[in-house]
Amino acid sequence: MTLHVDEPAAQHADADEAVLRISGLSVDYGVGERAVRAVSDVSLTLRRGEVLGLAGESGSGKSTLAYGLTRLLAPPGVVACGTVIYHPGDGSEPVDVLALDHAGLRRFRWAQTSIVFQAAMNALNPVDKISAQLTDVIKAHRPDLDRAARIARARELLGLVGIPADRLDSYPHQLSGGMRQRVMIGMALALEPRIVIMDEPTTALDVVMQRQILAVFTRLRKRLDFSVVFITHDLSLLVEFADRIAIMYGGRIVEEAPAAQIYRDPLHPYSDGLLHSFPALRGPRRELAGIPGSPPDPRSLPSGCAFHPRCPKAFDPCAREVPILGAPGEAGPGAAQGAGGGARSVACWLHTSDRSTA
Amino acid sequence: MRYFAQRLVFYVFTAWAAVTINFFVPRLTPGNPVDSLIAEYQGQISTQAVHSLTVLFGLDKQQGIFQQYISYLGQLARGDLGISFHSFPTPVSSVLAQSLPWTVCLVGVATVLSFAIGTLLGVIVGWRRGSLADMLMPITTFFASIPYFWLALLAIAAFTGVGSFLPSAGGYDPGLVPGWNGAFVASALKHSLLPAATIIVTSVAGWLMGMRNMVVTVSSEDYVTVAHAKGLSERRVMLGYAARNAMLPSVSGFGMALGLVVGGTFLVEYVFSYPGVGLELVSAIGQKDYPLMQGIFLVITLSVLAANFLADLAYMALDPRTRREG
Ligand SMILES: Nc1ncnc2c1ncn2[C@@H]1O[C@H](COP(=O)(O)OP(=O)(O)OP(=O)(O)O)[C@@H](O)[C@H]1O
Ligand code: SF4
Ligand SMILES: [Mg+2]
Repeated sequence: MTLHVDEPAAQHADADEAVLRISGLSVDYGVGERAVRAVSDVSLTLRRGEVLGLAGESGSGKSTLAYGLTRLLAPPGVVACGTVIYHPGDGSEPVDVLALDHAGLRRFRWAQTSIVFQAAMNALNPVDKISAQLTDVIKAHRPDLDRAARIARARELLGLVGIPADRLDSYPHQLSGGMRQRVMIGMALALEPRIVIMDEPTTALDVVMQRQILAVFTRLRKRLDFSVVFITHDLSLLVEFADRIAIMYGGRIVEEAPAAQIYRDPLHPYSDGLLHSFPALRGPRRELAGIPGSPPDPRSLPSGCAFHPRCPKAFDPCAREVPILGAPGEAGPGAAQGAGGGARSVACWLHTSDRSTA
Repeated sequence: MRYFAQRLVFYVFTAWAAVTINFFVPRLTPGNPVDSLIAEYQGQISTQAVHSLTVLFGLDKQQGIFQQYISYLGQLARGDLGISFHSFPTPVSSVLAQSLPWTVCLVGVATVLSFAIGTLLGVIVGWRRGSLADMLMPITTFFASIPYFWLALLAIAAFTGVGSFLPSAGGYDPGLVPGWNGAFVASALKHSLLPAATIIVTSVAGWLMGMRNMVVTVSSEDYVTVAHAKGLSERRVMLGYAARNAMLPSVSGFGMALGLVVGGTFLVEYVFSYPGVGLELVSAIGQKDYPLMQGIFLVITLSVLAANFLADLAYMALDPRTRREG
């Protein structure tokens, strides 16, 4: 509402058009004195048609961020502060997701933002047929469609993800893990949302299945043109098909850059470590180094840069002060905020000239 | 279907075992079972009873044990459970036919109601965790913790007596002849209100707590989160996703409870002088009416099996994972 600068441009579908703007989002588990901050001050912009990768070790707050921005946090999780603004792209007013009332939130969910959960999880209701689970969401959002139309749509969705239509009458336990995950992807596309959040969609699947699912997914994305937040701890996977990558550590974004730049030239020592923790799926094999030590407990984050106890390059200021996310080598944390596709930002004292005073 | 067949075989086998044990146990006593019973009762036993015993054990026909077993099975198949000592020469099956409907109607209906009410409340309390609905838990648990006997006596003291609508004892007004007429049914209903209420009040907490805990557990399942994320209505998520899965364990418990309807109601019927199987069993024990006791035990065993079989069927209908093809 306050930024009128880019208003004329926003009417058009240029590549930089934002679909989702997250700013200053913090998520706590618990309230009051015992609150644990699992996500701190995260600002991210998801652009139209873009795959935004979110990587980080277990416990870095990736899922918490995803749940927080979709308002799916289970108690005791609460969004402590920040805003999540959704831009519908049809010329209508931006939506403040965190301020939606119940009915508004219900309409927003799945129609605009759907989620694919981790493959190993039982995201499908074990007592209902696949058809029921594909059609109930259509029924809830498209009351104008009759039963036959809903079933037809469910068939079509299974077709999209390469599952024979006769599987509609199956129960989840009758499908393999990979099939279940493809059903979930089909389900996520049921209402043609503009954003699909995928939380480790292929973790726990074998490599063949992983490739298959990603292939299906890439094909669909070309066809349906939705934006994706792709969460994984496997950075090499993201390097392959994300447009931009944000690296999380201890609840903060520590680096954000175009995928190619992260791959070729990671600035944050943690990104560097993460990149060398997994074998690349394609291309020349890199040496696997891993990162010594273990991820921090959000209840007792290290002072300063949370990564400093594990960082091979830690120096003077690291333990004292939190490095602020900003463009590398430049002054002022605002430098990279809302910047275009090529911009990158990092939170590390190595790449800060004079940010401590900002 | 395989599962169904497996269960069926299991229950048929168990029923057969129960029947067989019922046949052999009295015969394991050394010597002639009739003689030993007569010896035990020391002349208090009438000649009629001696005759009934002899017939019951097939001793009148001088058969071998296997022959006896076969004719015992044949008798059972015809619903012949022998002849009651005490109400000689009424067959045990007739005595049971009089008392069984009372028990099944009162305790059976009360159990079903208790299950339905408790489960429904459990869903609400579990779903709205942390709201005022939580108050229900300590209240119902309080009632469940009072010994049934005591609660029933208190209820009789508080709600019956001179001028009260509710009677304190019996299954119907003594002046009426049992039959399917308005006056009798109304009277039977009136007599069942207080005992049914005491049963429900003491047992509802169990269902409520069980269901509540399951709903809380299931609410954190991924498919419930997905259901929320899909923007389904709260009611649909609560009933179609959370409650639907949460009630599966309750169904087995419900089968168990139904099975205990016939066997576990002695206290209720005793306190309210209710003309059911429990009271019948008490008097059978008091009067050493051996054939009647045996008949009642058999009915109890078989009803437990039947109820569990029904619960299995319900479980199969509710949980597709048990319906494995093969
Ligand atoms: N319900 C909860 N109560 C308290 N703390 C929690 C809760 N859920 C998560 N956390 C904490 O929040 C932090 C972030 O968890 P989150 O699940 O978001 O991590 P993640 O990056 O998704 O990890 P993973 O790769 O294992 O999925 C963790 O350190 C965890 O201990
Ligand atoms: S700020 Fe210091 S400790 Fe943190 S990543 Fe950079 S160099 Fe390492
Ligand atoms: Mg996670």
